Amino acid sequence: MTRKQKKGLFRICLSAILLIILAFLPLEGMRKLICYLVPYLIIGYDVLIKAVKGLFRGHPFDENFLMAVATVGATVLGEYTEGAAVMLLYQIGELFQSYAVGKSRKSIGSLMDIRPDYANTEGPDGQLIRVSPAELEPGTIIVVQPGEKVPLDGVVVSGTTSADTHALTGESVPRNLREGDEIVSGFINLSGVVKIRTTCSFEESTASKILDMVENASSKKSKSEAFITRFARVYTPAVCTAALILAVVPPIISSLISGLSPDFGKWIYRALTFLVISCPCALVISVPLSFFAGIGGGSKAGVLIKGSNYLEALSDIKTVVFDKTGTMTCGVFEVSGVHHSTLENSKIIEYAALAESYSGHPISKSLQKAYGKPLDKSRVANVSEIGGRGITAEVDGVSVALGNKGLMEELKIPCLDCHCVGTVVHVAIDGEYAGHILISDIIKPDAEAAVRQLKACGVTKTVMLTGDRREVAEKVSAQLGIDTVYSELLPGDKVMKVEELLENSKNKLAFVGDGINDAPVLARADIGIAMGALGSDAAIEAADVVLMDDSPMKIVKAIRISKKCIRIVKENIAGAIGIKLICLVLGALGIAGMWLAIFADVGVMIIAVLNAIRALSVKNL
Amino acid sequence: MEKIYKIDVDCANCALKMEDAARKTDGVKNAAVNFMALKMTVDFEDGADPDMVMNKVRKNCRRADDDCEVYI
Repeated sequence: MTRKQKKGLFRICLSAILLIILAFLPLEGMRKLICYLVPYLIIGYDVLIKAVKGLFRGHPFDENFLMAVATVGATVLGEYTEGAAVMLLYQIGELFQSYAVGKSRKSIGSLMDIRPDYANTEGPDGQLIRVSPAELEPGTIIVVQPGEKVPLDGVVVSGTTSADTHALTGESVPRNLREGDEIVSGFINLSGVVKIRTTCSFEESTASKILDMVENASSKKSKSEAFITRFARVYTPAVCTAALILAVVPPIISSLISGLSPDFGKWIYRALTFLVISCPCALVISVPLSFFAGIGGGSKAGVLIKGSNYLEALSDIKTVVFDKTGTMTCGVFEVSGVHHSTLENSKIIEYAALAESYSGHPISKSLQKAYGKPLDKSRVANVSEIGGRGITAEVDGVSVALGNKGLMEELKIPCLDCHCVGTVVHVAIDGEYAGHILISDIIKPDAEAAVRQLKACGVTKTVMLTGDRREVAEKVSAQLGIDTVYSELLPGDKVMKVEELLENSKNKLAFVGDGINDAPVLARADIGIAMGALGSDAAIEAADVVLMDDSPMKIVKAIRISKKCIRIVKENIAGAIGIKLICLVLGALGIAGMWLAIFADVGVMIIAVLNAIRALSVKNL
Repeated sequence: MEKIYKIDVDCANCALKMEDAARKTDGVKNAAVNFMALKMTVDFEDGADPDMVMNKVRKNCRRADDDCEVYI
């Protein structure tokens, strides 16, 4: 509790005790009024002061002013207990709200406790020196001991360990790391001491980027938030006007009909009840708190959502478009054969690996892996990448062209088709066709289940886009149960296909990609979901939703989180508005007094806040 | 030009009042308050001096709600 909250609690206790004591004292007239004013002022002085200030500043519908009018009015009407008790309950409600909000802020803050406090560098005689991670240049060797957070992204240069990636990915199984593996800031080193060569500065490290993203989540408001804000803006003035009408019109009309003098007291009391119900706090807090909890719950599960508008949009996605490589398949390609080669197989692979030695594309990695020896980059010159087709380079002075059928056609080199399913890399050496290398990719183990469960979540259409050959694309999509597949697309074609799909459908469309080459598509879709984004800055920036690991099941999880959150938001909106309206009707009819009104007001808020916090729990979704 | 400021405010409705007050300040094109994150995003008019505008924003916010704070 903060100091402010403690002070509030003290005032609540004090005035509550006084009110209880006063209830047992036989007081009458002036003395009763003065005695009741003591607890009233203890609990309500700040509201009264703010009310007066607000009035002078021209805010007549300020909730402080309304509470002041309602409680002072009740006291003037002789309802001393009610005046003080309503103020007391109002303050209890405010305290609860401030406590609950502070608590959920804190718990969500601690979920994302990945900010590293220090880094260890090694001194000249082997002792460790603690420094601020912000001071370190890329390329520095740092030491991470068991139990410490990894402060900067880098590559393990010595030692083996297992790392807890839970804070970033939501994955509870530790990741084993050894020399040469990438290690990401925000991991917690569990077992062994490792030395890391950092690859980026502190601001560019994954932990900093993610924290930045979570803390500065888009200020764009969701539709529900905008609705409740607009509603709150008209709600209070409307209820106040209704209260004024209620205080004046019915007594005058009834006196005209009956010929008796108007009974203003009864109707003014009912009007004051209206003022108590007119406070919009329960409405205004319930919706943003739900979204905040939903986003917090998501980040706990490794699903980072960049704003409440995206969380909302996720819940009514009807079309999901997948990228194939790296999203539905592992993106780990292995050379499974060399066909029609005019040279020795190993020679072809050597040329291919060298030509691709500057590329980070998964295919080049698998060629390099198949080659298996260190690459001497000095043997390679004049590398040029031809987007979506392949690469040309000079290796040992011999020109090598490497790519798909499109490239061979462009170079006017006749090539042979492959009958196996997989990615075919045609190789031409010195302008002559030299055979092709077959590389196959593996479908992710849970991809098929993810597609099935997306359908169960209300997704009506699944589409796969790929630059890969038709046979491969169709085989993969048939295995996964994907409705439509578009193959042999260049990176630019993917944007066009997504735009086409967007035009033909009124519903929300999500694109899921791994962030490599598809940042423009991520940006173009209603919701761009980047997958396995650890370490991929472009994806983190372009996407609206970032999945921290690369399991397709996380897409399902993200949609379920948003559905749960939206359900809670709807419950809160309907509940808060519904109960308030019922109380207004009951108050106007004289059935509900000020007691019920304040209980309804505070009660609705407490229920809404507790309900909102439910959005934080996403484990069993 | 858009900038994000840390704020302090007690209740959700007070945050709305701050948002309104900030929006009505000269030199502010648009403003949004995120109550849960306690952040105010201010989009300034072209050529406006953020510091000067923010001083006015703070003053207007204080008029709307006594207990609020904008950290400039």
